[in-house]
Amino acid sequence: MRDAFGAALLEVARANPRVVALDGDLSSSTGMAGMRKEFPERFFNLGIAEANLIGVAAGFAAAGFIPFVGSLPAFLLSNAYDQLRLQVAIAGLNVKLLGSHAGVSTGREGPTSMSIEDFALVGGLPPFVILVPSDETMMALAVQAAAEHQGPVYLRSSRGAFPRIYGEGACPFRIGQANMVREGGDLAIIACGLMTGIALDAAAHLAEQGLQARVLDMHTVKPLDRQAIVSAARQTGAIVTAEEHLVRGGLGAAVAQVVGEEHPVPMRFVGIRDTYLESGTVEELMAKYGFSTADVVRSAREAVRAKKGA
Amino acid sequence: MNGNPPDLAALRELARSVRLDVLEMTSRYGGHPSSCFSAVEILAVLYFGGILRYRPKEPEWPERDRFILSKGHAAPALYSVLARAGYFDPAELMRFRTLGAPYQGHPKQDLAIGIEVTSGSLGQGLSFGLGTVLAARLGRKDFRVYVLTGDGECEEGQVWEAAMAASHFRADRLTAIVDYNKYQQTGPIEREMALEPFAEKWRAFGWHVEQADGHDLGELRERLAALARVEGRPQALIAHTRKGKGVSFMERDYTYHARAPTGDEYLKAREELECG
Repeated sequence: MRDAFGAALLEVARANPRVVALDGDLSSSTGMAGMRKEFPERFFNLGIAEANLIGVAAGFAAAGFIPFVGSLPAFLLSNAYDQLRLQVAIAGLNVKLLGSHAGVSTGREGPTSMSIEDFALVGGLPPFVILVPSDETMMALAVQAAAEHQGPVYLRSSRGAFPRIYGEGACPFRIGQANMVREGGDLAIIACGLMTGIALDAAAHLAEQGLQARVLDMHTVKPLDRQAIVSAARQTGAIVTAEEHLVRGGLGAAVAQVVGEEHPVPMRFVGIRDTYLESGTVEELMAKYGFSTADVVRSAREAVRAKKGA
Repeated sequence: MNGNPPDLAALRELARSVRLDVLEMTSRYGGHPSSCFSAVEILAVLYFGGILRYRPKEPEWPERDRFILSKGHAAPALYSVLARAGYFDPAELMRFRTLGAPYQGHPKQDLAIGIEVTSGSLGQGLSFGLGTVLAARLGRKDFRVYVLTGDGECEEGQVWEAAMAASHFRADRLTAIVDYNKYQQTGPIEREMALEPFAEKWRAFGWHVEQADGHDLGELRERLAALARVEGRPQALIAHTRKGKGVSFMERDYTYHARAPTGDEYLKAREELECG
């Protein structure tokens, strides 16, 4: 996904001279290295000092540029949260954060570099938009949309590759508008990022078991597509959310608020249950910590049972 | 706002007015009066001593010099100076910290009233200043950026991240002014978290460093004008000041860091400022 990000950033930078790349000494990992090569005067490595990095980004944004900040959310959000809150969020400055290697994609590196709380942290910064592309096609569109959006954006990326969901030119993308990637009337699975592909796999399994699942790619975790959520609740009667993130304070929690307010239905939440993870492959971690395809299938069946039992 | 030699007597009168404003604002709505008082001459010289180029009726003028109040708790002093510089009506100062007014307890970025940066959590202004200087360079603009920090504020690691980066990027349009009033909230800075050798620290980070009496208007003006001619490295002016300067009993008592004089104290403070 980082290569897709890097290519998309270059496209945007070629078209718009106000785009600058600010790096926390990770450009060879995050996909920003292309900027360093092609636009050296618009690339700045601020070194391993995330708080200063965000302050510098705010200065650029206030001076009319569009800074993309590249780092790992595990380092950036925690280290520079004060600066994000004050310098970027309170003033609503036009800073774009790339959250590279997010979720559990750092795998064997261990829990310190994983970011399983980024939706919760950025969700607590009111003006921020949170974009979570589910494949490379969408990543390119998301980078474009982020650059055009007036205001701060958090763009989640991953170290690894995500299975292709959308063909070239076949990915609708509007900030705040979820994509229905599978129609179905028995339940709805609302997912984002890596988990959108997982949700589609689960839906295939469920279909064999006689259950038709609607799958919504909720690529914009903030602001949520309320309309899509309410329609899903009304039309299917059961909702499962799935995210590569803590269940507490994540996509599922935010969806539940909407469902609770507008049209309460049984819900189940697939994600990480209030714990840090450990070194392992992404597949191993998903299986051990409960956010694999099998977990989505099981939760779906429970949600459907709950609606019948009500 | 630049070019005319400053009339020191006029600057002294202005400084007195600013202190009276600060006393009114903080006594009524709370705040940090003694941290404001130590910065008054610095602000007066910047805005009225021919240092900053700005247009109060065109606050977003792209060529303007930027002043960044990193020690955000000195907001009342800055609001007073901005009002007197023409950004808004001085009558507005009594809307400080009141609901619906833009004059937040600690500055929130709002160019219309002359506030360049949000501050209040310390240590952040120098980074913003560096970003602004780099953006100016990229945009082929010539303006300067001045950042006022507190002394306690220099305990924040981010200040030194910015210092290191500013030197690395040879940000010679960046001037940091430290309001070295020797006290932080809990007490004398040497006792709580010593900064010395302070000038040496800035020099070690590659900055050009000068020192000045932070209440000597003439000396401040000379030093700041000279620093603007330094090339190749950012500059730090360590301004030796007195917390609470202007009111005798506030100068002696650092607990006025976070409380304003009230009742009889307020009257005494008023009298000293009006007659002193």
